Amino acid sequence: MIDPSRRTILKCAGAFGALTMGLVTGLVVKSSNAVAAQWNKAGFESKAMAEALKALGAGTPVESKDIVITAPDIAENGAVVPVAIVSKIPNTQQISIIAEKNPRPLMATFDVSSGSEGYVSTRIKMGETSNVWAVVKADGNFFAAKKEVKITVGGCG
Amino acid sequence: MAEPMKIRATLQGDLADVRILILHPMETGTRKDSKGDIVPRHFIQNVAVTHNGKTVLDGQWSQAVSRNPFLGLRVKGAKAGDKISVTWVDNKGDKRTDEAVVAPAS
Repeated sequence: MIDPSRRTILKCAGAFGALTMGLVTGLVVKSSNAVAAQWNKAGFESKAMAEALKALGAGTPVESKDIVITAPDIAENGAVVPVAIVSKIPNTQQISIIAEKNPRPLMATFDVSSGSEGYVSTRIKMGETSNVWAVVKADGNFFAAKKEVKITVGGCG
Repeated sequence: MAEPMKIRATLQGDLADVRILILHPMETGTRKDSKGDIVPRHFIQNVAVTHNGKTVLDGQWSQAVSRNPFLGLRVKGAKAGDKISVTWVDNKGDKRTDEAVVAPAS
């Protein structure tokens, strides 16, 4: 059986880059002490949301009303979708943004534990209409919230 | 050499509202140029924001963050005159650090 999403994955994912990425990532982490964080390769290379959640160590996060996602209901240009996430959960440590139907769903992870409020805003690319998930880690537990964003023109290629 | 970032930090109560605009192509590795050749993946992987030298936000990004990325955050316990510093590193090893000072509430 031909998986209908295969076409998009091939078109958008640029899977050939994955091999070289490993090498480059290793170099970057070694050569940059100023930015100490490593790069969650397994998470960012994963092609399905469940895989991405696993790579984050989130498993099945609990849906929470204390996470507020601000994003447009309809985004005309998938290349620039503004997303802001507020987590009112105490001791928020980490906020991740996942677009469920993107070829690589995990987009960004922010460690916010020390000194910044549970808030981030940024702009993301989305290939098609999809749920945007915010996954929040607080006190070692994972919570999530979602919002659907309709995309008029995809922003993958 | 990478272009300078634009950083605005404004005090709101005891929070500093920080807005960062980075100039970076953020190529996904799937776009083709006018000759039909694929443009190689080139994107920022790590972003770190410090407040008076202490890391307050440590981000990891994929190529799915938009071109010329915007990042907004709120730093707790900030005062006017505090230093906000932002560093990014991309997958080719390019990096850049820029600083800004927290402006008093207007």
